[in-house]
Amino acid sequence: MIAEAGLAALWLATAFAIAQLLLGAAAARAADPAAMLGGVRKIALVQALFALAAFLILIWLFVTSDMSVLLVAENSHSQKPMLYKVAGAWGNHEGSMLLWVTVLAVAGAGVALFERRLVAETLAATLAAQAAIAIGFYAFLAFASNPFARLNPAPVDGQGLNPLLQDPGLAFHPPTLYLGYVGLSVAFSFAVAALVMRDVGPAFAKAMRPWVLAAWIFLTIGITAGSYWAYYELGWGGWWFWDPVENASLMPWLAATALLHSVNVLATRDGLRAWTLMLAVVAFSMSMVGTFLVRSGILVSVHSFAVDPTRGTFLLALLGLYIGGALVLYGARVGTVTQGATFQFVSREAALVLNNLLLSVILGVVLIGTLYPLVAQAMGVQLSIGAPFFEKTAVPIALFLFAGTAAGPLLRWRRDSAQALLGRLTIPVAITGVAFALFFALSGGGSPIAVLVLALAFGLAAASIAPLWKRKLRRTPLPVWGMVVAHLGVAVSLSGMAADTLWKQERLAAVAVGDNLQVGPFKVTLAEVRPTVGPNWSAMEARLQVQRGAGAPFELLPQQRFFANPPTNTSEAAIATLWDGQVYTVLGAPDGAGRWQLRLWWKPFVTLIWFGGGLIALGGAVSLAGRVLRARRDAREEEWA
Amino acid sequence: MKKLLIWLPLALFVLVFALVMNGLIQPSDRIVRSAMVGKPLPAMHLPPMLADKPGIDAKDFATGKPRLLNIFASWCIPCVAEAPQLLKLKQAGAEIDAIAVRDTTPDVQAFLARNGDPYTRIGDDHAMRAQLSLGSSGVPETFVIDSHGVIVDQHVGDIRAEDVPKLLAALEKAK
Repeated sequence: MIAEAGLAALWLATAFAIAQLLLGAAAARAADPAAMLGGVRKIALVQALFALAAFLILIWLFVTSDMSVLLVAENSHSQKPMLYKVAGAWGNHEGSMLLWVTVLAVAGAGVALFERRLVAETLAATLAAQAAIAIGFYAFLAFASNPFARLNPAPVDGQGLNPLLQDPGLAFHPPTLYLGYVGLSVAFSFAVAALVMRDVGPAFAKAMRPWVLAAWIFLTIGITAGSYWAYYELGWGGWWFWDPVENASLMPWLAATALLHSVNVLATRDGLRAWTLMLAVVAFSMSMVGTFLVRSGILVSVHSFAVDPTRGTFLLALLGLYIGGALVLYGARVGTVTQGATFQFVSREAALVLNNLLLSVILGVVLIGTLYPLVAQAMGVQLSIGAPFFEKTAVPIALFLFAGTAAGPLLRWRRDSAQALLGRLTIPVAITGVAFALFFALSGGGSPIAVLVLALAFGLAAASIAPLWKRKLRRTPLPVWGMVVAHLGVAVSLSGMAADTLWKQERLAAVAVGDNLQVGPFKVTLAEVRPTVGPNWSAMEARLQVQRGAGAPFELLPQQRFFANPPTNTSEAAIATLWDGQVYTVLGAPDGAGRWQLRLWWKPFVTLIWFGGGLIALGGAVSLAGRVLRARRDAREEEWA
Repeated sequence: MKKLLIWLPLALFVLVFALVMNGLIQPSDRIVRSAMVGKPLPAMHLPPMLADKPGIDAKDFATGKPRLLNIFASWCIPCVAEAPQLLKLKQAGAEIDAIAVRDTTPDVQAFLARNGDPYTRIGDDHAMRAQLSLGSSGVPETFVIDSHGVIVDQHVGDIRAEDVPKLLAALEKAK
């Protein structure tokens, strides 16, 4: 009965989405759009409430282990800890698509509730566009991925959740990532509305900016958290694998980052009108392409759970409809968008254009690398592209991007002189040079590119703080603080990546109890291997004693876990986080002669990668707070005036 | 020029769309072919799995007679399914050697007692090193090695009844 209620909620949400589309479109063309807008706003809210209800009902079905629901039976088990029962609701195809549409509806409701600055026609068109996207994905759920399908007769118990997903990471990674991924739909709808209504300008950009920023913050957190999750859960010691699904989250992030910068040019200087619209379309298109790549199983990846051609075709049709439609609209309308303000070659705008171009090129490279296996397949060859391709192509371009990140904020709007810029960059350039010389000597023949990245990170850190120079810190606007913190985060993250590349140490050996191994500055002793049990698994656990020099020893407990439902082995890495890096240990298989395989890493400063990612997101949040506070103040002043 | 530029994104999208469509319509062949076909057997030296049969050494293959090299495991269900076909190949005069992957002596003994033993030699590939060096991605797989010790053919998956004549023909050709 409850499952049917969920399905009914989904259908009702669909009905309200259709109403939202029709009424929104009517309001956009009406003589007095403001009068109809109130109704559209309410419908958007109700639509989101029904979608949310459907999603909560699905969670409830998982929590109560209702095995008469196919999805629960296939992905859950009554003996599973509560956290994974809840998170299991989105640890599968249908549930994650339901989460996807729910976020879409909630983002639309957010616009309906909070957006006050956009002119009524454009807002009505935005809500109509948002509803149009939702309808397609509701149809996808109803016809190709019904999360509430029944199973008759109901099995005694479920098949359990993939043990790799039984980790607290599953509880927060997909929801934050989706908030970002799907939150970009708002920017897409804004752009479509702007094209339809021919309303592109600073006011429009100022209205769109906080939404882009909010989605981008979640996307940044989602990617950072996902990277850390993969790092400790997969037990490979790597933090980025250039897996198609990782690329699928990176591509919208690259586009959104470009959009974030170009929307500033549009808001501040009324430049880059057509380009900003393009990016807004591309960013969410990349989210949809990413969803398609993951959900259709067309590319082989650690993330693809189900391969189903019907679903793939359905999603592809939606992609064609929305992305194709938006691009046709763009082609037809953008010619009528008048050119915005112009600028000189050396100026803040030009630096942001450079930033956009470089981000777009990296996006293009990642897209080509991700889709290349399909190109090869079309020509009858089977291959996969690994990390070397991306490292050789994307990394050199990224180096220019980081240099630009350092220079951009030090430029004035409209026009500046190259000489003045060089003057302002003296200290960062000097720091980069000294750092390069120092680290090159210390790297002991490590990759010169990694040394360069590390040196650039130091220069970028200095340049990031430079905009605060000679400013009254308490009167500095929050968005400037946000930019400083985010750019500093880039520098911090880069230094972690470079340090890990340059100085990580790895040991792989078969060890008997009582033996010890040296990895980096650490002596690791295998003290004991003992059995242990958890709520739904049993494990062999190694007790490792780790000691640096004559320092205090500490213990690490990596495990080989055996899950009964479904029967699978996983290795749980044990990681010690120290101030200057992490000791990462994995217990492997026994060799039958009393020895155990141990895999050990010493990863200096690796934590900076995710700490930097966190700083980037924090910078976004500070900036967003500044924008929202400013908008409120403006609104109050308007009331007074 | 500018007009064309405006439509460029759509053109690119149509291209990607067509590509992906193609990928969907012709789902890729999930069988991984070994890059070692056409190359000499890589150097390997595997200890015997059973006391009464020798292990595997790459040097033993270039002996003037083509042989089959079967990769199997006692824990592998398709290996049980292909066992009768291996026996038929043996009866038809084929020489079959084997690599047992991630296995133990008692398990292999029990497996052969139950499903028949077509093998001349069985090497113990506990760490899957030899399997990987052959470019094999799973069990069971069967390689045809010619009289000079060169890998001439690879059969991925279990050997079905209809595959037996094909493998015999491949052995004939490899003389």
